[in-house]
Amino acid sequence: MKTVMGIINLQEDNSLIRELTDRRVVESLPFAGRYRLIDFALSSMVNSGVQNVGVMLPDKPRSVLDHLRSGKDWDLARRHDGLFYLPAPHDEESRRRGDLRNFYYNLDFFEHSSQKYVLLAGGSFVYNINFNELLRFHQNTNADITMVYYTASHEAAGRSTVIETAENGLVEDIAEKPAIYDGSKVSMNVFLMEKRIFIEMIRYSYEHGGQDLLLDGIIRRSDEYSIYAYEHDGYVAHVDSTASYYKANMDILNPSVWEELFMGENSIYTKVKDEVPVQYKDTAVVKNSLIANGCIIRGEVENSILFRGVTIEKGVKVKNSIIMQKCDVQENSLLENVICDKNVVITKEKWLKGAQNYPLIVAKNVVI
Amino acid sequence: MRKTECLAMILAGGQGSRLGALTKKIAKPAVPFGGKYRIIDFPLSNCANSGIDKVGVLTQYRPLELHNYLASGSAWDLDKKEGGVFILPPYAREKGADWYRGTADAIYQNLNFIDLADPEYVLILSGDHIYTMDYSWMLDAHKANKAEATIGVIEVPWDEAPRFGIMNTDKTGRIEEFEEKPAKPKSNLASMGIYIFNKDFLKKYLEEDAKDETSSHDFGKNIIPKMLADKARLYSYAFDGYWKDVGTIESLWQANMDLLQD
Repeated sequence: MKTVMGIINLQEDNSLIRELTDRRVVESLPFAGRYRLIDFALSSMVNSGVQNVGVMLPDKPRSVLDHLRSGKDWDLARRHDGLFYLPAPHDEESRRRGDLRNFYYNLDFFEHSSQKYVLLAGGSFVYNINFNELLRFHQNTNADITMVYYTASHEAAGRSTVIETAENGLVEDIAEKPAIYDGSKVSMNVFLMEKRIFIEMIRYSYEHGGQDLLLDGIIRRSDEYSIYAYEHDGYVAHVDSTASYYKANMDILNPSVWEELFMGENSIYTKVKDEVPVQYKDTAVVKNSLIANGCIIRGEVENSILFRGVTIEKGVKVKNSIIMQKCDVQENSLLENVICDKNVVITKEKWLKGAQNYPLIVAKNVVI
Repeated sequence: MRKTECLAMILAGGQGSRLGALTKKIAKPAVPFGGKYRIIDFPLSNCANSGIDKVGVLTQYRPLELHNYLASGSAWDLDKKEGGVFILPPYAREKGADWYRGTADAIYQNLNFIDLADPEYVLILSGDHIYTMDYSWMLDAHKANKAEATIGVIEVPWDEAPRFGIMNTDKTGRIEEFEEKPAKPKSNLASMGIYIFNKDFLKKYLEEDAKDETSSHDFGKNIIPKMLADKARLYSYAFDGYWKDVGTIESLWQANMDLLQD
């Protein structure tokens, strides 16, 4: 994979997950106790041998920069290649929206990189993939573009790119749909192509009025390319809404999903923190939960995910909930189907309950 | 190398034979502790948190895992351009090679490293104690006392005092007498095995000690008593936090269990 450079596009749609993305982008959402969503795409690239990764920064880049920093935790702080930040040009005058402008603005970086192929990915999908097989598939089919998809096993709302393929994997149709159904072939926003095709695609579509790489660069011109689809049959979650964020976190509590994502040969890397081990005090009762380092547990926790540094006091019951970093849940409170963003304080004897398909969200830094 | 005010040297070469099977394959400072740490994390983190950014780690017994763990020192933010962690195992010279024959000899054999760093003060630490301490306070006391050497001490229960090296001090903290494992202790101030020396002062004593064939080249047994005999300005610095020597299986177990207390 030394011939492949990675590009992670963080200009994804945040419109269905506004409550949690007021001050961050969906890709830097805390996930599974200690990770951020972007860790999955980035770690998969690094584990596959990609050593040159450009990160297309969103308009709100602080949380992403704070998380990735030098790229050291992904082994990407290198003398040659490594991690590069590709900021969006700030130009109030421009009437163009969409990510294509950012790609166009950063063409120099792509041109000057030495790799032959470009692996493009979003940062809002949860998966652990070895992209080497994708590269072999791409080379064997002689495709111009190979896109990675998964087959949906249930209905879900939310804008998705759905494809139709011939038996040999040749893509016959690509369309953005408002929902997916059981059996839909859904794009994972991962594309592999030769760099020269990528550069030509950006240049041509931007210069001809395009705004969006997927719509104007690929879908609109799909007749001009031979596009193949590669199926990933492992675990995939697309976090594009509050409901899917909640569901994906709860999926992680399923041991087989946990094993596949985290316990295989390829680790998921994240920003390292030096928190102390969890303290389970004598009144603690914990069932089927992920508890990150730095937590102090005195109450009951069931089917829940606790991020680093959370305190659960005596008499508290937390069920089917996601409690982000440094939250403090004080005596005798009850939380069920709740997502607490970072630094939330739930004072004594408060009862908060959301629905299983519609969790209650408590915004960052709120004291209840 | 950029000039350093205080250079730390961590003695991490001991076999730790009293830890039995735990140190059969790894050095004592590399023994896991407290759920996610290793023993050497404590002195190393203390250095990093005290603003000491140049740390020599003297290794000898079964160093593979310890070296691997220390690596570039980045886990302690000690991968500096001009500083950080320096791993110092014994090495061969033109006329053959020597093992480190004692704590003082280990430092003596690395005087070239100390000269290169050229600090004003040298802080000597053990790689097998569990405690959190800001050495900069001790250094301040060392300077305020115009001391030539300062030894970290901690009050131990009187009945345990005979197991330690005990310091007898005057009212100002100046050390008048040092007794190694006294049967009838006159004080309960035990040496923590933490020393700050003025560099040139230390160098002089190490060079003298190296020439002494009868010496066992140990700070507690040879160097400190010699300094006291010469009426040098040795001061104690009292530490009142948690401190535990985890040299035995029982003390290692107890120190782990202590973590469970509120």
